[in-house]
Amino acid sequence: MSQTNENTQPDYHVVHIHRDDFGSKMGLWLFLFTEILLFGGLFILYAAYRFIYPDGFAAAASELDVLLGAVNTVILLTSSLTVVLGIVALQKNNKKLSLFFLWVTVICGLLFLVNKYFEWGAKFHHGIYPKGPALQEMSEGETMYFGLYYVMTGLHALHIVVGLIFIGVVMWQIKKDVLTSTNFQRMENAGLYWHLVDIIWIFLFPLLYLIH
Amino acid sequence: MANGTVAVSDKTAEVDFYHVKTKYKGILSWLLTTDHKRIGIMYLCSMSLFFLTAMSLGVVMKLEMLSPGSTFISAQTYNSIFTLHGVIMIFLFIIPGVPAVFGNFIMPIQIGAKDVQFPKLNLLSWYLYIIGGAIAIYSIMRPGGVMDTGWTFYVPYSIRTTTNVSLSVFAAFVLGFSSILTGLNFVTTIHRLRCPGMTWFRMPLFVWGIYATAWIQILATPVIGITLVLVILERAFGIGVFDPTLGGDPLLYQHLFWIYSHPAVYIMILPAMGVVSEIIPTFSKKTIFGYVPIAISSLGIALVGYLVWGHHMFSSGISDTSRVIFSLLTFIVALPSGIKIFNWVATLYKGSIEVTAPMLYTLLFIFIFSIGGLTGLVLGALNTDLHLTDTYFVVAHFHYVMFGGMGLIFFASIHYWFPKFFGKMYNEKMAKVAAYWIAIGFNTLYFPMFIMGYMGMPRRYYDYLPEFTTYHIISTVGSWILVSGILVMTANLLSGLRNGKKASDNPWGGTTLEWSVPSPPPLENFDEIPTVTTGPYDHSHIHGQEETTK
Repeated sequence: MSQTNENTQPDYHVVHIHRDDFGSKMGLWLFLFTEILLFGGLFILYAAYRFIYPDGFAAAASELDVLLGAVNTVILLTSSLTVVLGIVALQKNNKKLSLFFLWVTVICGLLFLVNKYFEWGAKFHHGIYPKGPALQEMSEGETMYFGLYYVMTGLHALHIVVGLIFIGVVMWQIKKDVLTSTNFQRMENAGLYWHLVDIIWIFLFPLLYLIH
Repeated sequence: MANGTVAVSDKTAEVDFYHVKTKYKGILSWLLTTDHKRIGIMYLCSMSLFFLTAMSLGVVMKLEMLSPGSTFISAQTYNSIFTLHGVIMIFLFIIPGVPAVFGNFIMPIQIGAKDVQFPKLNLLSWYLYIIGGAIAIYSIMRPGGVMDTGWTFYVPYSIRTTTNVSLSVFAAFVLGFSSILTGLNFVTTIHRLRCPGMTWFRMPLFVWGIYATAWIQILATPVIGITLVLVILERAFGIGVFDPTLGGDPLLYQHLFWIYSHPAVYIMILPAMGVVSEIIPTFSKKTIFGYVPIAISSLGIALVGYLVWGHHMFSSGISDTSRVIFSLLTFIVALPSGIKIFNWVATLYKGSIEVTAPMLYTLLFIFIFSIGGLTGLVLGALNTDLHLTDTYFVVAHFHYVMFGGMGLIFFASIHYWFPKFFGKMYNEKMAKVAAYWIAIGFNTLYFPMFIMGYMGMPRRYYDYLPEFTTYHIISTVGSWILVSGILVMTANLLSGLRNGKKASDNPWGGTTLEWSVPSPPPLENFDEIPTVTTGPYDHSHIHGQEETTK
C-alpha cells in the first residue's frame, strides 16, 4: 500500500505547507470577483439614477474637469504597464530593474491620489459636497450624481491605497529575496489586484466624466 | 490495499489534534492555530454562545406576546429585541453555521486533504467573525439605544432612527467579509486539494453543498457589503442615494439588500442539505439514490436562487411584469429542492434504516422543511402573497425553513460528527428524547403562527387584537417546550463530552473519508494521503472494515 501511494503522490506526506501558485492565483481571482460585485452595486445605482434623472446627471457631469480625469487615466494605465514590466523583470532575474518599475508604479499611484485630492478639494471649495451649501441649491439629479461621485471615486481611491500597500509589501519581499525569479506568485497577485483597480477606473472615467 | 473509498491508515499510536505538541501552548495554541479542526471547534463554541443569546431574546419576545398590550417590556424594547434576535441569529448563527463549523472541520477530511488551501486566511475569517460579533455587542451597550430597524435595516427608517444603526450595520459588514474569505478559501480548497482519485463526481454530497454555498458567499456577499456601507455613509454624511427627501429611492435599497439576502437563505440551507445527503445513506446502509441530480441541484439552487430576490418586494411597488417574472422564477427554484427531497426519500426506500439520533433529526427535518417549503410556494404566488405579506404567516414560513431547516440539521450534524469531533459518545436515548421534545415544541411554537398570519396578525407588532390571544398563548407555551428541549439536548451533549464512553473511529458505519481516520483525527488528518477509487457511499467496503475494527 505504501508503495503505490509513494509512487503516485510522493510530495504530500513530505511537506505539509506546499506551495501552490495556481491555487494562490485562483484565490486572488475569486477575491477580484467580489471586488467587481462590490462596485457592481454602485454601478447598478448609477444606472438606475441616470435613468431617473438624465438631465441632472448631464448637468452635473459637465462640472467635472475632463482634463484632470484624462490625466489620471493615463497615469493609471501607465502604472498598469510598469507593474507588468516589473514582473517580467523579476522573472528574468533582474531584481534592480523590477524594483525600479515598481517604484514607478507606486509614484503613479501617489500622483493619482494627489490629483484626486485637488479635484475633491476644488469641489469642496465650491460647496459641492453632501449637505454643502452649493449642492443643496442643486436639483435632486445633481445631488444623486455627486453623492455617487464621492462614493465611487472615494471607494476607488481606497482601493488604490490598498493596492499601494500590497505593492509596497511585495517590494520589501523582493528586496529581502523572499520573492525571486522562481517564486513570484505574490507579485503577480499584487499586479492582478492593481489591474483591477485600473479597470474599475476605466469604467468610472467615461461614466462620470465623459457622458454629458 | 488502497482500492476502496477508504484507505485505512495503519493506526500507530498517533496523537490526536487536541494533544499534539504545537508551537504555542495553552490558550494560544487555540488562538494562533491554523488547524482547520481547531478553527472549526472555535467557531462551534463562539456560535453556540451567540445562538443561546439570540434564543433567550426569542423567549423574551414570546413572553411579551403572552397577552395583548404591554405584558412586561416596553414597545421600544420589543422593537430592539426582535431586531437583535434577527441580527444575531441570521448573521452570527444561521449564515456561518454549517459551513464555518462543519465545513471547516469535516470538508477537508472528506476530500482527503490535510488542511484548507489558505490556513492563515481561515484563522483571519474566525477573527473577523469574532470582531463582527464584538462590534454588534458593543453597539448594544452604547448610548443612543439598541437598533430597532429589524434585521433588514430598511431605509428610510434606518437612516432616520437615532439608535445605534451604523455600528450594528458595520458589524454585519465585517461578518460579510468573514463569510467571503471563508467561501473563497473553500472553493480554492475543493479545486486544489482533492486527494488522488477524488474526482468531482466522487466527492461526498456535503462537499457539493459546501462548494455551491461558497460560490454564493463569494458572488452575493459583496453586494450587501456595499449596500451597508452606503447606509453608514448616508447616516454619517447624507449622500442621498437612499434618502427620498434628497431624491433617493428607498426601493433601490430593497433591491440591493435582497440581491444578497435572498441568495443568503441558500447559504443557510445548501450546506444543511449536504449534511442530509450524508446522514441518510449512512443510516440506510445503502448508496444515495440519484447522486448526480443531488449534486447538480445544489448548483441549480445556487444559480436560480440568485435571480428570485424580487419576491420579497411584491408589495413594495415594483412593476407587474417583474412581479410575474420573479414569481415564476420562485416556483422554478422549488424544483431542485424537490429533486433533493424525492431522492432522499428514494434512498430510504428498501434501505435497512437505523433511526439513531442524527437520523431522527434528519427525518424530522424532511417533515418540517417540507411544510416550510410548501408554504413558501403560497408566498411565492402573487395573489396569496399580497394577502399574507408582512403577517405571521411569513414569520412561520421563515422559521420552518430556517430553524426547521438549517437549525435542525445543525443539531443533526453535531450528533452525527460528535464522535469525530471529540472522540466520545453521548447518551443516545436522551438525544432521541430531546429530538422529539424539540419537534413538539417547534410545531407548537410556530404552527399557530400560520393560522394567525392567515387571519391577519401582522408581524413585528407589539400589541394585538383579543381574537389572537389563544394562538399567542399556545405559541408562547411552545417556546417554553422548544427551549427546554434544546437545553436538554445541550446538557446531554455536554455530559457526553465529560463522561461519554470512547468513540470508535467509525461508530455509524459511515463510508466517507472522515470515518477512516481516528476519532479525534491527528493533526494533519492522514498519515498518508488516501487514494480513492469508488464513489462516496459504497457500503460494500465498509462492512469488511467494521469486522476488522471490532
